[in-house]
Amino acid sequence: MSHVLDQAAMKSDKPAVDRPASAFRRLLADNRAAVGTFVVFIAMMSVFMVASPAVFMSWEIYNSVLVTLPVALCLAAPLVFVVTVGEIDLSFPATMGFSAWIFALLVHAGANVVLAMLAALATGTVLGLGVGALVVYASLSSLIATLGMNYMLRGLILIVTQGKSIALLELRDSTAANLFAGDVFGLPVQVLWALAFVVLAAMLFNRHRFGARVHVVGDNPDSAAQMGINTGRVRVATFAFMGLGAALAGVFTTLVNFTWWPTTGDGYLLPAIASVFVGGTPTWGGIGTIAGGAIGALTVAFIQTGIVASGLSGFYVQFFNGLIIVLALLGHRWNQKRYR
Amino acid sequence: MGERLIELKNVTKSYGRVFAVGGIDLHVDRGEVVGLLGDNGAGKSTLIKILAGAIRPTSGQILVRGALVSHWDAARSRDAGIETVFQDRALAIQQSIVRNIFMGREITTWLGFLDVKAQRRESERLMREIGFTSKVFVPESIVGQLSGGERQGVALARAIYNKAELIVMDEPTTALSLTETEKVFRFVRTVRAGGRSILFIGHNIHHVYDIADRFVVIDRGRVALQATKAEVGSAEKLIAFMEHIAHPQGIASFDSSASLTGAAA
Repeated sequence: MSHVLDQAAMKSDKPAVDRPASAFRRLLADNRAAVGTFVVFIAMMSVFMVASPAVFMSWEIYNSVLVTLPVALCLAAPLVFVVTVGEIDLSFPATMGFSAWIFALLVHAGANVVLAMLAALATGTVLGLGVGALVVYASLSSLIATLGMNYMLRGLILIVTQGKSIALLELRDSTAANLFAGDVFGLPVQVLWALAFVVLAAMLFNRHRFGARVHVVGDNPDSAAQMGINTGRVRVATFAFMGLGAALAGVFTTLVNFTWWPTTGDGYLLPAIASVFVGGTPTWGGIGTIAGGAIGALTVAFIQTGIVASGLSGFYVQFFNGLIIVLALLGHRWNQKRYR
Repeated sequence: MGERLIELKNVTKSYGRVFAVGGIDLHVDRGEVVGLLGDNGAGKSTLIKILAGAIRPTSGQILVRGALVSHWDAARSRDAGIETVFQDRALAIQQSIVRNIFMGREITTWLGFLDVKAQRRESERLMREIGFTSKVFVPESIVGQLSGGERQGVALARAIYNKAELIVMDEPTTALSLTETEKVFRFVRTVRAGGRSILFIGHNIHHVYDIADRFVVIDRGRVALQATKAEVGSAEKLIAFMEHIAHPQGIASFDSSASLTGAAA
């Protein structure tokens, strides 16, 4: 009897998943979303290449994208944490502006640039903590609460500065500016810093206790709490990390432009969010991909530049922006298996 | 039977003047599977929550390995080695088996970075220990790809990793097919063979009868029956008894119920 049952049980073990034998294929299988995003990116670039080979064969266009890409990377990577834990943050543009403001004020007052950077990073982290604590401990909808915080923080900046920007000409040719926003081998050096940040974020996400908990809290908060995980603290921590990334992004923009504007960060809200979802992180929490988010940021950064460089007028930008986002989402829907 | 793992003595839980649990004596010995039966509202879930330390009993004593434990709470329950596995919300189904087993108790190397190799090794060992023999799944497999029975297996593996001595399974076979139920039974038997105890709660009396060594039936907050499998004799007798307590007049009573209840009280 039990022998028969065992046989029946074995029969039902149909191979739902085959672990590929080669390490390379396993890597592809484990990073389906990121690989999918990369395919989208390559497809888009191929279209641009065909449309305007002269522009896309020259280094110029890549260099111009590489100046803004680091900022987007610093925002997209931590935003993947927030989305994976099951929340959203719309307050990071103001956090970015606010932290950069602290940086600009300190530099302008003659402070050491590195110390000013650290102060800006601390500011961003504390603002993120505050926003996260508000969302988590007051049980507010993160969508609405962070939208409100974005307006409030930006409003505060505008009230205090009366809309005036801060020029930081003392940064020009300073060691710090060269170290964090200069050129190495013809590459904007902040690309390397941003890549280092993305690698750190990916290690935290995939190979660290924090990342493991972000995944399980986003997937099944009841179960995580039952296993003794402080789910509220994990959620707040993702917002704090988002604040840190926003501060880093703010410092980079300010260093590149030698100027802080009261609107610093404003333009990054939608591109950063688009990067995360184009990258293959789903909206429902529990799973996400930093590598995908980074390639998503690359894709989004190239859309606008690419369309204009292809010779289409600026009026086409919004349409193609949207088209690529929707196509990428459809692609991920087809590429990824959904368990919930 | 082995060492007495946990014992509840005359435990009550009242909300105002309403008794959810009105004086229950219950014990679980090492290496036995106890089947807990009772109708909806009989006090099963209150009892589970008391065992988990989620709610504090109004009165009564809780003894762990013969020693009285005061200020019973979730931490004490965990220290006593009690872990509850809820059927529907036990696992994070988009995550790997590894991540589920080590949820909240990751093995780390330095600065909180995961010891991926150690976690994988330990997962394989635990999967073997509970008799997770399917070759199809590896520690990296996503739990959402597993069947309901196999998910119960992962939950058991996690409980064992957390050094649970008594695993409380809340309706683990509800909504499972026969084959899947048989799988859960296989896991439960393997866990028992390893010297651990299981409190198996179920609605399907046949399932509970098949897997348990001893039965506790509760009815309106009180123990209506405590009997070993040998004392009960057959699943039909158990069903007859359950029907008797649900409809005391209508159906022929379970002959020895009076004496068994007497023995328990």
